[in-house]
Amino acid sequence: MTSAIATSALTKRFGKRTAVDVIDLDVPQGSVYGFLGPNGSGKTTTIRILLGLAAASEGTVHLLGERMPDGASAVLPRVGALVDGPAFHPYLSGRDNLVRLDAADRTATPADRRRRIDAALERVGLAAAAGKNYRAYSQGMRQRLGLAASLLRPRELLVLDEPTNGLDPQGTREVRHLVSEVAAAGTTVFLSSHLLSEVDQMCTHVGIMRSGALVAQGSISTLRSALATRLRIDTRAGDDAAEVLRRFGLRNVAADSTGVTGELGGAVPEDVVEELVKSGVPVRQVIIERPGLEELFVSLTGEGFDVDE
Amino acid sequence: MSTSELIGAPAPAPTRTALPGTFLASELKLVLRRRRNLGMLGVLVAAPIVIGLALRASSSSGEGDGDAPAFLGEVAGNGLFLGFSGLLLLMPFFLPLAMSVVSGDSIAGEASAGTLRYLLIVPAGRGRLLATKYASCVLFGLITTVLVVTSGMVTGAALFSAGDVTLLSGTTIGFGETLWRALLMAGYAAVLLGGLAAIGVFVSTLTEVPVAAMATVAAIPVLSQILGLIPQLSWLHPWLLTDTWSVFGDFLREPIMTEAIGRGLLTHAGYAVIFLSFAWARLTMRDITS
Ligand SMILES: Nc1ncnc2c1ncn2[C@@H]1O[C@H](COP(=O)(O)OP(=O)(O)OP(=O)(O)O)[C@@H](O)[C@H]1O
Ligand SMILES: [Mg+2]
Repeated sequence: MTSAIATSALTKRFGKRTAVDVIDLDVPQGSVYGFLGPNGSGKTTTIRILLGLAAASEGTVHLLGERMPDGASAVLPRVGALVDGPAFHPYLSGRDNLVRLDAADRTATPADRRRRIDAALERVGLAAAAGKNYRAYSQGMRQRLGLAASLLRPRELLVLDEPTNGLDPQGTREVRHLVSEVAAAGTTVFLSSHLLSEVDQMCTHVGIMRSGALVAQGSISTLRSALATRLRIDTRAGDDAAEVLRRFGLRNVAADSTGVTGELGGAVPEDVVEELVKSGVPVRQVIIERPGLEELFVSLTGEGFDVDE
Repeated sequence: MSTSELIGAPAPAPTRTALPGTFLASELKLVLRRRRNLGMLGVLVAAPIVIGLALRASSSSGEGDGDAPAFLGEVAGNGLFLGFSGLLLLMPFFLPLAMSVVSGDSIAGEASAGTLRYLLIVPAGRGRLLATKYASCVLFGLITTVLVVTSGMVTGAALFSAGDVTLLSGTTIGFGETLWRALLMAGYAAVLLGGLAAIGVFVSTLTEVPVAAMATVAAIPVLSQILGLIPQLSWLHPWLLTDTWSVFGDFLREPIMTEAIGRGLLTHAGYAVIFLSFAWARLTMRDITS
């Protein structure tokens, strides 16, 4: 099966600066792919190249099986996109802006334009404000209109650059819901974000950008399993507990004033707890710490999540 | 098996379903809905009315003037001449200024608003977008010149007498023929503006700052007219954009003197081809990073 997005050695240089550094993206069809990276790591630049807005310095891009940018006119009608924030004409209403975009699409049917636009506006919760001038929209409303534009037609692929930017918590939830809805209908979703938790909640796959390079990529579960699950025991007898944990073969056992932690490895937590109790260690709390994307990110880059320069 | 069957998304195969003129109509509407453009159009249409009122005031005080420029002397005798006067008086500066604004804004305005990237993602197609933008500029020019002539003729007819028009060559033509010649002049003026529009659209692909593009384009006919005044550059004059911008009198001869007009049409077609090619090369090769 062809990938929804596949790049090979994709590179983009701005003068001497390399913004995208030899990346091989592979976005499986039907996946919700989170494209993670700190500010300035090259996410938007990559997306611009994927959509044919900018030319790659080197490397190739295939979008829904078609070579880009040559296949743009055939493939882009099947792709909805939000790139680098919404942008519309300020002196047109939200609805008129969508009418205008749809009129620019020579493959869109004018007959059901009204219905499709109404449906898209409804979907992003903008129906009530559709007649207002874009100028008078709040940032969240603008973002919603951008999402509506990407949903004007049924799409096989949605490329969403920071879709929840500027949205309130309610709006963020709605976007999450929207993404799962279109994904359930079979649309592949490629969304960029610098919010780890957002990607954690929405995505099946993840790619992590760091200073223009793709430092990790794969399904979230695969990437997670590469990281050790840790067992944490809260107890005042930390040293005794550490002794037991070592006996069970846990690695990197470390005791502190509130308890002890160790990498679980193949050990069964229930057995460990039973042994602890038998050995007279007073157990206050047992926690199994599954690594989140945050830990994954730090383990991959050895750094925090700051701006790339 | 198609991709959509594979993943079950109800995406239709992209086929041409919209009428070819849909995009152009939408872009022209966008130009004509802009308050700034409407304001310019209003001022241009009002200009012949103001000129007519001024002439009326001065002619009632009994000052006939035989050698006034741009047929202004004829207007008191036959108000229809005001339509021609309007075009001639506005052609050196105000009509090209309006065209500079509209054509300079065409691509740069979309780039600065960020809407250019969304048009290209639709996908509008870079070449198609350029053609549509240019066509909407040319149509704006045609609408403007036709309205200016109409406003002049209607005002003239209302303020002065209207009747058969005595041509510069002495022949007299009836009302229908006068209208036809007026339409030809408006069309010719629109072609002149179309040549400028091609330069404007090209300049507009060079920048993301629409005002810079507008100012640059507005300076071009002014510069060209200055060069046209320098006798040492007479070898250059036939190639200047504005060399054939004042030959409207040739439409008012019997038969119409086609030499300068034909040359004007040709040079402007040449300007259009050259600068649209530049614009195409620029827009198709450029990264859209706004
Ligand atoms: N047109 C340009 N000219 C020069 N450098 C650019 C240009 N566009 C982007 N860059 C540089 O490329 C790098 C990547 O930028 P990009 O916008 O792709 O980052 P991003 O991952 O989308 O960041 P953010 O999370 O802030 O949106 C940045 O260092 C930026 O300065
Ligand atoms: Mg970005």
